[in-house]
Order: sequence, then C-alpha cells, then structure tokens
Amino acid sequence: MSGETVGELGARLRRGETTPGELAAQARSALAALDALHPVLRYTEALTERQAGRAAQMLADSPEQAGPLCGIPFAYKDVLCVEGVETSAGSKILQGFIPPYTGTALARLLDAGAVPVAVTNCDEFAMGSSNENSAFGPVGNPWDPSRVPGGSSGGSAAVVAAGAVPFSLGTDTGGSIRQPASFCGVAGFKPTYGRVSRYGLIAFASSLDQIGPFARRVADAAHVFTAMAGHDPRDSTSSPAPVEPVSEQLGRGVQGMRLGVPREYMAEGLEPGVRTAIAAALAQLEKLGATLVEVSLPSTEAALSTYYIIAPAECSANLARMDGVRFGLHVDRKSLTDTYLETRGQGFGPEVKRRIMLGTYALSSGYYDAYYRQAQKVRTLIAEEFDRAFETVDALVCPTSPIVAFPKGDKSDPLSMYLCDVLTLPVNLAGLPGISIPCGLSEGLPVGLQVIGPRLQDARVLRVAQAYEQATAWHTETPPLPPAVTGTPS
Amino acid sequence: MAHGDAALAAGGDGDAVMTVTSAVSTLDQVMQRWEPVIGLEVHGQLLTQSKMFCGCSADYIGSPPNSNTCPVCLGLPGVLPVMNRVAVEYTVRSALALNCEIPEHSKFDRKNYFYPDLPKGYQISQWDMPLSLNGHLTFTVDGEEVRCGITRVHLEEDTGTLQHAGDILQQARSSVVDLNRAGVPLMEIVGEPDLRTPAQAREYLVRLRQILVYIGVNDGNLEQGSFRCDANISLRKHGDTGLGVKVEVKNMNSFRAVHRALEYEIVRQGRLLDQGQTIAQETRGWVEAKGATISQRSKEYAHDYRYFPEPDLPPLHLSAAFVDRVRAGLPELPQQLAERLQREHGLSAYDAATITAEREDARAFEALVAAGVPAKAAANWLMGEVARLARETRIPLPGSGLGLDGLASLVKLVETGTINGSTAKELLEELYLAGGDPAAVVRERGLGQVSDQAELERLVDAVIAENPAAVADFRGGKEQALQRLVGGVMKATRGRADARVVTGLLRERLAP
Amino acid sequence: MTLARDQVTHVAMLARLGLSDEEVERYRQQLDAILAHVDRLQQVDTSQVAETAQIGGLVNAWREDVRGECLPVEKALANAPKRRRDHFEVGAIQE
Repeated sequence: MSGETVGELGARLRRGETTPGELAAQARSALAALDALHPVLRYTEALTERQAGRAAQMLADSPEQAGPLCGIPFAYKDVLCVEGVETSAGSKILQGFIPPYTGTALARLLDAGAVPVAVTNCDEFAMGSSNENSAFGPVGNPWDPSRVPGGSSGGSAAVVAAGAVPFSLGTDTGGSIRQPASFCGVAGFKPTYGRVSRYGLIAFASSLDQIGPFARRVADAAHVFTAMAGHDPRDSTSSPAPVEPVSEQLGRGVQGMRLGVPREYMAEGLEPGVRTAIAAALAQLEKLGATLVEVSLPSTEAALSTYYIIAPAECSANLARMDGVRFGLHVDRKSLTDTYLETRGQGFGPEVKRRIMLGTYALSSGYYDAYYRQAQKVRTLIAEEFDRAFETVDALVCPTSPIVAFPKGDKSDPLSMYLCDVLTLPVNLAGLPGISIPCGLSEGLPVGLQVIGPRLQDARVLRVAQAYEQATAWHTETPPLPPAVTGTPS
Repeated sequence: MAHGDAALAAGGDGDAVMTVTSAVSTLDQVMQRWEPVIGLEVHGQLLTQSKMFCGCSADYIGSPPNSNTCPVCLGLPGVLPVMNRVAVEYTVRSALALNCEIPEHSKFDRKNYFYPDLPKGYQISQWDMPLSLNGHLTFTVDGEEVRCGITRVHLEEDTGTLQHAGDILQQARSSVVDLNRAGVPLMEIVGEPDLRTPAQAREYLVRLRQILVYIGVNDGNLEQGSFRCDANISLRKHGDTGLGVKVEVKNMNSFRAVHRALEYEIVRQGRLLDQGQTIAQETRGWVEAKGATISQRSKEYAHDYRYFPEPDLPPLHLSAAFVDRVRAGLPELPQQLAERLQREHGLSAYDAATITAEREDARAFEALVAAGVPAKAAANWLMGEVARLARETRIPLPGSGLGLDGLASLVKLVETGTINGSTAKELLEELYLAGGDPAAVVRERGLGQVSDQAELERLVDAVIAENPAAVADFRGGKEQALQRLVGGVMKATRGRADARVVTGLLRERLAP
Repeated sequence: MTLARDQVTHVAMLARLGLSDEEVERYRQQLDAILAHVDRLQQVDTSQVAETAQIGGLVNAWREDVRGECLPVEKALANAPKRRRDHFEVGAIQE
C-alpha cells in the first residue's frame, strides 16, 4: 500500500480487495521498515486489532454509511491520549503513563472507523523544531536520514512522507505540524484554534495548541479534519460555531481569489532555494486565476519574542502536574521539595527545562508586566494585523519555513532553533488556520508553501492548497529512501 | 513581664506555648496598650451537585479514598476544565447578599505552587478580575454596630486532602493524598481588616455563616471544613492608622477556636512588642490541644504564585440581566427577617435574633403563626422544648415525626386550654419522633384538662380529707404545705388539672 | 540585561527543577541570550492596546451542574508511582 492515499485505500476496501486488518498489518510492517529513522515509539497492538475489527464490521454493516476514513490505518503523535495505550509526550517523566481516558479528536477518528497503528516520536512535550528533543532519540528525515524531519511532530511527518501510512496526527503550537510537513514534503494542516478539541492533548501552550493531520493529499487532510472538527463540551475553548463543510469548497479553485503575500515573510533570511520555489508557486497561483497582493504584517518580528514568552509561560504551568505523585517518574528523596526537584530535574530534558525556566521567569514577580503582559498586548497587535490583511485578501500565501531540513546537530544554539519558527508561529498567536503543502525541491529537499486563512475559514485554506496541489506534481515526489530504510514493505 | 511567660520570653521565637490562664489574665492589659487589627478570609464550599470543573460529586464526605475522582480532577495530562454555571451563580448570589458589586467582566487565573494536594501544580482561582468587589457586612456586638468591609468574593477550586502517618506534620515519615475533595467549588470571601476584637471577629463569622446557609450556598460546617476561616492579625498603637506586621493564623475549626486563637495572638504579639521585639511575618497554626498558635515553619522560598489568566477557560461576561435574575432569587436575609418578625409579630429583639439564627426555625415560626399560634407561644416552644429535642435527637422539627403541623396542633391545644403545659411537654416528647395527631391522642387517652368545676371541687375536698397533716401545717402558716395538696389533686387527675384553678379552690376551702 | 546566577537558581526553585551547577551556568547564559532577543518587545508601543489571553472571543463557556461518571478507584490509582492502599503516597512533607 506504500504511498496510497486515503481515497485509493478506501476504494480497495469497498471493492473487498483488502480488509482493515490487512491494511493495518501492512502499515505496521511498513513502519517497522523505517526503524532506522526512528519515527515510531510504539505500536498500538491490541487497540489496532480491536479497531480493525470494528471498522470491518462498519464496512460490512453499511459500506455507504461508513465514512472515508473507515478502515484506514494511521499513526498519531505521542502527546494524544487514548485509553489503555501508553502516552509519554516524548519524555522520560511520563514514560509508562497509560491514560484511563480517550481524547476527543482520537475518539472521533475511532468512531469514524480509522485504525490507529502506531504512536509517533516527537520533541519532548512538543517543544522543538527538529525532533532532536525527544527523550527517546531523534527522528531522521526520509529524504535524508542525516537531516532532521522538523518538529515537533517529526515522527508523524516522516511516516507519511515515507508512505507507511496515508495520514497521521500531529499538534501545532508554533508550527509543529506545518514546519515538519514542509521539511518532509507532505501536507500538514493546522486548523483554526478551537476548531478541533484539545481534550486529550497533553498541553504545551494551551492558548496556541491545535491538533491537525498530515497527509499526502490535501483532500485526505480534509477528510481527517472533517472527522475531528466541531464543538466539544469538554474543551471550553472549542468553538461552538458550526463547521463549514469542506467538500463545498474543495475543487472550486482560486479563480478570482485575492491572495496576500506578506512582505515581511519574503524578507531576508529565506534560503535562495526556498525563495525560488515560493516565487514559482506564487506564479502558479496567479496562473490559476488568483490575484496576488502584497500585504504587510509589521509585527512579524515581534511575534517571535511574543511567542517565546507566552508559550513558555503557559508551559511552565501546564507541566507543573508532572510531579511524580499520581503518574510518571518519581525519584524518592527524604524531603518533599527534594523529591520534586529530583523528579523534575531528572525527568525533563534540556529544552523543556529551558522553556519552563523562561516561562517561570516571565511570570515571576517583578517581570510579569515587562514580559508576559507586554507579550499579551503585542499578541493583540499581531492578531489585528492579520484581521486587517484579511479585509483585503481571501488568504495569505508564503513560505512555511525560511529553510529546508537541516542536518542533525546543526542548530545546537536554542535561539537559532527558535528563529526557524518565525513564519509559522504568528499564525498560532492569531489562532488562524494554516497549511503547508509541497511546492518544490531545494537541493533535493522539499520546500513548503504555507496558506493562511481567516479564523474558522479552514475550508478556504484547504481549497487554495488543493487548487495548487492539483495544478502541480510536487505532492507526488517521494523521498529517495536509502536501502536500509526502505526494506520491503509488502 | 507577667508571670508564667518565662518560656515565651526566653524563646523569643514565639513558639513557646503560653498557658491559657496567663493569656486571659493579661488580654485586657495588652488591649489597653495595643489595638488589634483583624481581617478574616473565609472559604466556603458551594452546595453544587458537581465539582467546579468536572462532573464528580461536590459531596465527597464519606466516600472511600480517591473514589470521587476523574481524569480532570486528578489533573491527568491532557484534560481540560469546564466551568460549573451554578457555582458562578452561587458566588454571585453570595456576593449580592454581602452587598458586593458584580463587575461585568471577570476571569479565572492560575495560581502556581507545588503541593501534593494540588494535582495540577496550580489552583484555578481569580486574581485581578474577581466575580465581585466592595461589599460589607454589618452586625452588632455588645450593643455597638460594626461594619466590616468585604474586599471581594471570588471563586476557585478546593484542593485534595493530605493525611500524615504520625500526627504532627513535621514529624510524619510519609503522607498520603486523597483527591476526593480536589476541585470542589470553593468561594473565598476576603474581609477588610476592619475588626478590632476577637468578639467582633467571632460575630462576623457567625453572621457570615448564617447568611451563606440562609441563601443555600453552603452548609456552614466548620468541623468538616466546608466553612473555613483564616485570620490576619496585627497590633498597633491606639490612634495609629498604619498597620503592624501581620500574622496569618490557620487551623481554626470552630467559632470558639477563632476567638481563642485571636486572644492568644493578641497576647503573644502584645508581649513581644512590649519587650521591644519585632513580630515575624509568618503563618501560624492554632493547636487546639495546646491552646496556642505555632509557627508553621516552611522553607518555602518566598511565595511567588505567578498568577496569569487561565488559558483553558474563556472569561466571564455577566450581563445586568444575569445579575438581576440572581438578585431576584435571593431569599430574605436573616437580618431583614429578624426585623420583620419584630415588626409584624412583636417579638423582642432577642427572640427575633434567636428564632432567625437558623433558617429552619424562622420558617417553622412563620408556619406556626400562620396556623394560628400566637407569636410569643410559637417563639417559646421553638426556642425551648423543640430546640432541645432537635438537638438531642439531631432531627430538626420539619423532619421529625410530629412535623410543623403536629406542633401547631399541639400548641393550639394548650392555647385553647384543652391540655395544660406539662401534658403538652410530655406529648411533644412522645410524638416528636413517633409522630401522630396530638388532638386525636388527647381524645383517645382522655388527656384533656379537667376543667369541670364540680369534679375539681370533689377532688379538692377528697384531698383535704386525706391529708389532715398538710391542712394543719397550712393553717399553721406553712405556705408551702399548699403545694403538697395541689400535688395531690394533680396526681389524682394524672396531671390534667389546671394548677391555677386547683390552687384557688384550695385557698377558698381552707380559708379561715 | 544580565541574568544573575541566583536569579536562575530562584527560578529553578520556583519551578521545582533540580539543576546541577553546570546546568545553572548553562541556562544562565542561554536565558540571557534569549531574553536579550525577547527584550525587543519593549520597543513595541502598546500603550493603547488591550491584552489577549485567548483567541476566539468566547465568553461564559460553562456547563450545567450535572454529575458525571467518576473513575473506579483502581483506574484512578493505576499510574501512581507510589501508593498506599487507596491513596497516592508521597514522602515525608518535611520542609
């Protein structure tokens, strides 16, 4: 099944040529063949079997009513909770944690008949842009295993890029879906904040986190989004607004649309290969009938600083529950304080500690106004600038990342790593939907085109992305997997 | 230095335990030199069905350890809070009863600190935009009216509970956590430092508790901790307007404990100040068995709660219509009710205050009066025999077998002269739990008062004939001998005779 | 600005992160560099700007006061690293 899309697999299932169990087994062995890249932390085993059975039953009962994801195998990031399956958030401190509940997004996919096969590697607590911060080791990029797949959802991007599963789930707090999608040459969609429930997502930064899909086709990402989206009474921040059916927008093209190109996103810092690919992509969109308009988002530079105050501040509180009392690592010491210090000191990796320290500092007495409060105000400015841009354009188009996948170990300085997120994190600060789709290769490595829409206009973002996808062939490029990695998937 | 203070003076750290007698003996002296400034912080659990942010029960008392928990109140990774609307409403109701303003905009914040009874490592509370502000409570102590400002009433979540193996925290080898209570809606009522004596502090709490119970948001149980109080207390020279170094006192589980702990602190701080020492700003715990407060030493490095807006909860926007609706649902408050009972039924201030102390009693009173019982009689029965039986049986009148209707019918039998007071008391005792129609019982057993003049005269004559000694004593000037004769008649009627009538008849017959 | 060592240890204590001396120094330098970058925020004029704590503009996202299911005790305690009977156990609270 290597490389097949959701639509193709669904058609085979309905023709009776294969079964959910068979597809899951094939996905499993395809994933196992990727071992050298280390994108998988564990297989869901019993759940896979149970869910494949359920999907088979749904298909047998009513093939017409079974949705497009019924029987389709997938993988999900190690920050999503499913009852009975270990979830460790890529961290030693949560190793062995088995949630007694299932999160909403996953529950909806399970109800749609999708079959989870594996839990994917990621940066510890989703903090990172390279997947080098996983406590269980880094992930290799299928296009070049010596390079990073991006992060933090690197494992989820890699397994889709390698063709082992047709889709996977990631989470995006500052670009953690779009940037790895860009680095791995797949579609990665971050919905509007509040569109997909966060219940069951191990929080990094609550006001920024959002669950979304990776897929090789925009249409597939749209299927997954549709299955997950919608109000959830368990998430107070989830939007009660009805979900606009994506199907009504897909396939309508970009003819007559006004697409904004943020000047600040095309400024210095873009690698030449990225600039070239993006320029070609913009030209392509114009050819498809869209009007390109230059817009300005002046607070773009301040967004990075804003993000690196707000996200760490929220994470410093969100990760306080990792205290060794009810779950996870516990390092016993004589006093309570020493037990906390050692449990957390040993349990968290360097990047997580760095962000907790940064966030704690930004919230601490005497610094709150200068850092946290000021960041919240600049966040308002950033959101307003996007609002203003969307008064004149339907969507924004720009690069996802200023660079292509870099070699492992290349960005050991935290600040240089943070700078990689400069084109994705403003979208999270403003709560907007954004997608990255393949739009070229630079020295053999994928470049991603980012499409950004107004709040709750998720369908429009998918429509623009799909129009571009259908007019080009970049999404059909597959990584030249080295022999050690390819193995022999069925 | 007053005698008995050697330990206190020698230690100087304020941890030595003073004897209660010495505290009492010098309290007045200290208060002549120093003025206590007291502010109380009260936490009240709200009587909702479910917890603040999840569906577990808010009533956790008696549940097996950790059986009243779910992923949300356990603080498991990945879960999110969803606010309980009724908890918000109850807080607003309380705030309105305490004369607070309800700002249109408010929000929840995270208060960050580590402790094993706090599952998430932060408490969801309210910092700079609480649900209400600027209220007050007015009450009377020793004839003096006291008005205590209420800074704010805000909403937060309760913590779990810790038990220590070994009874003293500092000596425990191991502690265990029960999260049944974690997440129960908890209202914090922050009072201004407007109180000047332990008696004022106590009365403030009594009134506050009464209001919360009246309006149905809290059960007022200090022992079980559904109503809890911490006190901030400092001393200053009379006439000063600044504030001294304040000490926070915790662990007071009764009104009496609050009173005693504050007295203790006043004496302790007064003596230290008299000796020219400074007061350490600290938290101290009241230890009932020792009758003393003890410093709760903690190496907790300077507190810094790092409050910030709770990103998992959208802010609150309470419209005027919402607030008006809650206001309209407020029942009559105890003070208003007491005033009305005085006005409408001529009760004394004392009786009105006693009758309105508990809402149940006030309701019973009004029901009795409505049923035709005279107000004074209704008040006397409720405050006397009924209160005693309710206390002894631990069953309040409305839940008793007799019930309100039964009591009304019983009291009316007395008022109409059908039975006398002692018969009524006996019947009340008998029927309070068992129930039954008092009028029917009186009829069946012939308990009606003997008021037939001829019958009584016959009995009086018989008793005079049977007790020549008593008759002689009485005629010889021994007044109390008459009681023996009255007793004889009462015995013959099994207590059903009207004692006043019998006494009159006897005097008539024995008149010289 | 330059972050002092004791500021770093203070923050680490607030966050209950046990750090080695070498970590303290490393974080001091790294946080210093990050804060130097972040300090650019101070140049943005926000005197007329409201704070945004959340995107989406929702208010009063509350639920009705209805009881739901609790976890069975065994499930509640299943992940506990230390338990004593039906409680979570922590070491002595000796400060």
